Formats: sequence, C-alpha cells, structure tokens
Amino acid sequence: MDNDKNEERPAMQPQDEAALLDEFERKIKAEEKIEPTDWMPEAYRKNLIRQMSQHAHSEVIGMQPEGNWISRSPSLRRKAVLLAKVQDEGGHGLYLYSATETLGISRSEMIEALQTGKAKYASIFNYPTLTWADVGAIGWLVDGAAIVNQISLQRTSYGPYSRAMIRICKEESFHQRQGYEIMYQLAKGTPEQKQMAQDSMNRFWWPSLMMFGPHDSESAHSGQSMKWKIKRQSNDELRQKFIDQTVPQIEVLGLEMPDPEIKWNEERGHYDSGEINWEEFYQVINGSGPCNHQRIKHHVKAHEDGEWVREAVRAYRAKQQAKSEENAA
Amino acid sequence: MSQEHLAVYEVFVRSARGLDHKHVGSLHAESPEHALMYARDCYIRRSEGVSIWVVEAKNITASQDEDLENFVEPMDDKPYRHATHYVLPDSVNNM
Ligand SMILES: [Fe+2]
Ligand SMILES: [Fe+2]
Ligand SMILES: [Fe+2]
Repeated sequence: MDNDKNEERPAMQPQDEAALLDEFERKIKAEEKIEPTDWMPEAYRKNLIRQMSQHAHSEVIGMQPEGNWISRSPSLRRKAVLLAKVQDEGGHGLYLYSATETLGISRSEMIEALQTGKAKYASIFNYPTLTWADVGAIGWLVDGAAIVNQISLQRTSYGPYSRAMIRICKEESFHQRQGYEIMYQLAKGTPEQKQMAQDSMNRFWWPSLMMFGPHDSESAHSGQSMKWKIKRQSNDELRQKFIDQTVPQIEVLGLEMPDPEIKWNEERGHYDSGEINWEEFYQVINGSGPCNHQRIKHHVKAHEDGEWVREAVRAYRAKQQAKSEENAA
Repeated sequence: MSQEHLAVYEVFVRSARGLDHKHVGSLHAESPEHALMYARDCYIRRSEGVSIWVVEAKNITASQDEDLENFVEPMDDKPYRHATHYVLPDSVNNM
C-alpha cells in the first residue's frame, strides 16, 4: 500500500482537468460543500484565500479599537464583558486562520501579507474609539453588520469556512447584545450620556454600512464569488438587510436617525437611505484612514514583542527532539 | 498476533459533505490503512458517512476527568459570555 503512494503520478491531462472542473461545478450546483482534499480551480482557491484571510485579519485587528477601552471600562462588570468579547475575537481569528491554512497557505505568509499591506482587513477598524459609547456602538453596529454577513456565509461553498462561520455566529450574539445594552443605558441616561450615544452612533453608522463593500455594480470580486457560492448574497442585499433590522433598534434607543434620508418605503418593503461617501471608503481602504498606520504598527510591535515566546517554543522542541533521539540510540 | 497487540484507532465519520467529522467509536488495526478499511466495514455499512478519519488512540491527548473541575470550572462563573445574560427591551430582544 505504501508503495502505490510513492509511485509517480502522471502529469494531469487537459481532459482530466475538464472532468475535474465538471465535477467541481456539479458539487457547487448541488449545494455540496467543497472540502480541502477536493480538487478546486486555482482561482477558487485564490479567491477564498483572499476573502478568508482578510476576514481573519479583521477579527484580529478589530481587537485594537475595543482593547483601547479595557483598562478604562466604567465598571468591573463592563471590563469583564469587554475582555471576554475581545478574547472571543482573537478566537475568531484563530478559527479563520486555521480554516484558511487548509487551502495551502501558511500562517506566516498571511501575517506578512497583513503587515506589508498586501492583504486588507475591514476598513471600519481604522476608525478611532473616542468615547466609551464607541464600545457600545461597535458591539451593536459593527458586530451587528458582521453578523448579517456571517449568517449569509454559513452557506458558503467551502466546508471549513462554512463551519468556522457557524461556530462564530453562535458566539457573536453576545457581542451585539452587550453593545446594545451599553447604548441603551446611555440613551436612557443623563442628557450628556444620551448625547454621547448619539455622537457615537453618528460616527459609526456610515463606516458600518461600508463594511458590506462597494455597490454590486462596482464590486471587483462579487460576480465570480457568487457564481462559485463563496458569497451567497450581494453586498447591497446584505447592507439593506442590516439597515432594515437596525432602524427599529435606533427607534427603541430614542436617538435621532444618523441619516436624514432614512425612510420606510412601502412599495419596496425596505428602508430607503442616503448615499454612502465612497470617496471616504476608498481612502480608508487604501491606507489613509485615521488609524491605518497605528493599527499595523501596533500589530507589528505585538508580533515582534512575542518573538521570544516563539524562540522558546523552538528551543524546547529542539531539546525534546535531541532527547528522544538520544533515547532511541 | 493477538488483537490486544494491535494498535487502537479512534474513528471519526463525516455523515454528509459540509459537516464536521464526529467520533463514532474505535477498533484495532495493524496499520492506519487497515484501520481505514476496517472502519469502512464496521461503521459505514449503511451509507452513514462520506468521509472517515482514523487516528491512533495513543496520539490523542485528552483532558482528565479528575482534573475536570479545575479545568473547566473557571468558565462557569462567566455568565456574561452568554447572550441570555443581557436583558433588552422585548421589541429588540431577537438580536
Ligand atoms: Fe467579526
Ligand atoms: Fe468576531
Ligand atoms: Fe464579534
């Protein structure tokens, strides 16, 4: 049995590749998941690596704006909650990096792509957290928008990505609820607290809408991603879903709408809303947001500060190996 | 060679594409390849699965029952990790 494994495989013929592609497309059409050991087109693999690593980076970079408030949380309870939330985000990064590794890219390649700016992460995390209310707004709006996207991605065609999304969605609900709870308490508090909640929502509303990406007509990767069922719903569909579910939540807070054009459209059965400032979106995604530089700098520093741990792991492993070789001899 | 001298393999089966592999049981085998065939014969005779993993039991590091209290107990006093910990107005409680 070992022998046939070592036998050289003949180079793939074009007709084999066509058959493999047929089989791949049959699975996609039949809603069967693609698993790591299955054949897949190179472009499918590349597209997944881009999207999944970007998602993983977002989880990890997303720890920074909220982490900024851990030491300044207004109560011990809030501090424990925020710690638990940020810890979850680190875990989400791990699930996603591990799932991406099944596509044949290494962790260090992904980290390098992030640190050199070759890979992107969600542009929302390039905005600063100026007040405590921002922790509330992020949990409610940013995690809320992420949940809309991630629920849709539970049905993605790549098995490991789909399973990571299912796991992550189960954990996200607490993130959004703790954020809304903060906003609710502030909105029902003193006039100053209410104003703080209003200001924070106003600042995070538009960047949250941008999280869904450019309009469908402008989106570079959307067509192929939808065809291969990497993405299941378009950017605009998901954004509309988020707006529709969030507007009533703003009403319950008793805050003013962050966009004066928000209005129920009876005919469409959806809320209408104003146009996003796309110039700002492209500026932030291309590196000129308020915190882009700081986020990457901090990531690089944390990575370098952790080098001694990795070094210790390597030394330990070398020692163990030497010991077992000694025993075997 | 008596069966007791053969290695124990734990068997994991994926019941349908897209789902996790689940532990279904174990068996003795003389090699991983044989374990895979035995697992096929034992565990998926009625199309219970589309993929099997076999892992030699000695390669599994498991938590110990005796340590369980110290091992997982620190998680029990963190109710705020659960969505139900947060009380919201009824009209937005589906969040
Ligand atoms: Fe997230
Ligand atoms: Fe997350
Ligand atoms: Fe989250």
